[in-house]
Amino acid sequence: MNPQDSTATREYLKPPVTEVGVIGWVRQNLFNSLFNSILTLLALYGLYMTVPPLFKWAFVDSLWFSNAEACRDIEGACWSIIPENARFIFFGFFPEDQQWRSFTAMILLFSLVFYTQSRRNWNRALFPIWTCGLVVMGWLMHGGLGLPVVETSKWSGLPLTLMLSLFGMVGAYPLGILLALGRRSKLPAIKSLCVIYIELIRGVPLISMLFMSSIMFPLFLPEGINIDKVLRAQVAIILFTAAYIAEVVRGGLQAIPKGQYEAADSLGLNYSQAMRKVILPQALKIVIPPTVGILISAFKDTSLVVIIALYDVLKTTKVTLSNPQWMGFSSEAYLSLALLYFIFCYAMSSYSRKLEKALHTGH
Amino acid sequence: MPSAVPFWRDPAKRAIVFQIVALLLVFGIAYILFSNTQANLQRQSIATGFGFLQNESGFEIGESVIEYSSADTYGRALLAGALNTLKVSFIGIILTTILGVFIGIARLSRNWLVSRLSAVFIEVMQNIPVLLQLFFWYAIFYEAFPSPRQALNPLPGLFLCNRGLIMAVPESHAAHLPMIMAFLAALALWWGLARWAKRRLDLTGLSFPVVRVGLGLSLLLPALVWLAYGSPIALDVPSLQGFNFTGGISVTPEFSALLLGLVFYTSAFVAEIVRAGIQAVTRGQVEAAMSIGLRPGQVLQHVVMPQALRVIIPPLTSQMLNLTKNSSLAIAIGFADFVSVANTTINQTGQAIEGVALIMAVYLCFSLSTSVFMNWYNKRMALVER
Repeated sequence: MNPQDSTATREYLKPPVTEVGVIGWVRQNLFNSLFNSILTLLALYGLYMTVPPLFKWAFVDSLWFSNAEACRDIEGACWSIIPENARFIFFGFFPEDQQWRSFTAMILLFSLVFYTQSRRNWNRALFPIWTCGLVVMGWLMHGGLGLPVVETSKWSGLPLTLMLSLFGMVGAYPLGILLALGRRSKLPAIKSLCVIYIELIRGVPLISMLFMSSIMFPLFLPEGINIDKVLRAQVAIILFTAAYIAEVVRGGLQAIPKGQYEAADSLGLNYSQAMRKVILPQALKIVIPPTVGILISAFKDTSLVVIIALYDVLKTTKVTLSNPQWMGFSSEAYLSLALLYFIFCYAMSSYSRKLEKALHTGH
Repeated sequence: MPSAVPFWRDPAKRAIVFQIVALLLVFGIAYILFSNTQANLQRQSIATGFGFLQNESGFEIGESVIEYSSADTYGRALLAGALNTLKVSFIGIILTTILGVFIGIARLSRNWLVSRLSAVFIEVMQNIPVLLQLFFWYAIFYEAFPSPRQALNPLPGLFLCNRGLIMAVPESHAAHLPMIMAFLAALALWWGLARWAKRRLDLTGLSFPVVRVGLGLSLLLPALVWLAYGSPIALDVPSLQGFNFTGGISVTPEFSALLLGLVFYTSAFVAEIVRAGIQAVTRGQVEAAMSIGLRPGQVLQHVVMPQALRVIIPPLTSQMLNLTKNSSLAIAIGFADFVSVANTTINQTGQAIEGVALIMAVYLCFSLSTSVFMNWYNKRMALVER
């Protein structure tokens, strides 16, 4: 049998050119009704009015590597503010000849994160690897053992932002889980303590916690004891984020069917075994998306330390902008910083989507 | 006879011991902190208590809803700050809801371009810290906008310059108060009509176009009053006098930047909530509604919206609370909200504990009252279920 015989007897019509290809796509997705056609035209007009001038400002008339004087004479964007001040924006007041340490610590952190993101590396070695990594990072940042000591008040720029976020997340997550378990506890005293804590923290803005850490907390301590300012802000961020994590985890705990709790009990597992081996692995998995949402918020919220005068990357940018030489290029500096934050947050959220898919064991 | 179980093996007794230990720990730490604080305050001779609220503040506030001058007390300054917070939150919540719903629906549009554009807006706004956005808008006002002399004039009667946004408003006229009264009366009528229509729908199954009639009433009644007063059309148009505008209504750059940042940031989250809420209504519901012969408008009003709102409202509430809490970032761009006034007060009086306690108490009040209201509303929505 020759297949061509059967086809020859039928007539094949190609679909009309208006239904396939580019034209078909445009018809189906942009001009499928009168209302949509009007919307498309309006959107195109809006884009036409905004994109070309912005493009011209950002790429055609702009300068990328020049001094401030050259920037005064141009119409477009002065991106030079970032490369010219990169050292200060990224490392702040860290002593200039020691900034390689700050840089190395950041590279180390990025490699650890990169190593961890692959699920093949999720094993028992991970914990010691991170511990070693953090010790080395701490040594690089603080000094000692042959390196000159750098006080934490000099830690600034991107390393400070990353450190506050990383430890904020790492500290808040277990604390949040404990609070969620406490809130679901059958012991009335524990339960009410946790409820009060969670509702109190969630009712106030992060700024008030940061104020508490910066101006109120020193009054709590006995005379002569002084806790470092960065550490106090770090603790405030952890305590704040933990309350939000707790609420998310509580949602996960509530979503686990009662049968799972009863099954764990009937196996003779005690409370901590039941939670660790049966309930939490399921509960934490279903709340991955909202948890990552909270962690992204925590990352963005570290920028609030600007208000209590810690020099994170946003504050160093602002200091650069207050330099008379570079005054007036705020849009460029803030847009570059926005891109930086965007990349970090977007990476986190897309990784969470990937993880959610990989851990999905349902049917 | 079973031998007596030692108390550490008895779950009931163990639970009691455990709780007592936890409480002792918490109260012990609280006591230590309290006594430390007492000692510190005595040593630094800081008077405790809220007596300082009666003292003269001696600082000015950029803008205020109530009359305020530096001769007034700290208490009044804090009140002005709290009202500023309420003002920006209230306007922000309304604008955020409108913009968020609009973008959320646009995200679901079958128009590829519109849907993509709203997706880009949502991703960009969600992934940039709101504080950075505030700084950006504030810088735009101060650096990109010209001086009043070269003010941008995008719409007739609307001026944009580095002194803020200046708008033409209708000149004050005797008709305005009766018009507001007429509008309120129309709202009351609308509410009564909705109740009547609901009862009639339940009894007879006949529906009544409540929304259309209500909207018509709330436009028509004020318009009638306006006509009855001889249709005053005089506008108070801002005009350039010397270096600044006079007349019209002006919004300061601080307020505008705060509002822009908060509204854009929060509406991205609201848009995602609205999208998820609408998508949560299963297709079968819409098909079932259409197959019993409802018109598209009725499907939306009686089937899709009631179910979508039930999913949307709880997370929407928390976004509104987030906006209120984020309005405290005003301090970073110099808008005199409650936190910023409280911070100035703390710096001047040294009453750190009272100041921070006031901040927390005020925000707790906002949060708790909003969530009480929203829980009530949520319960009402949930009761619709049969």
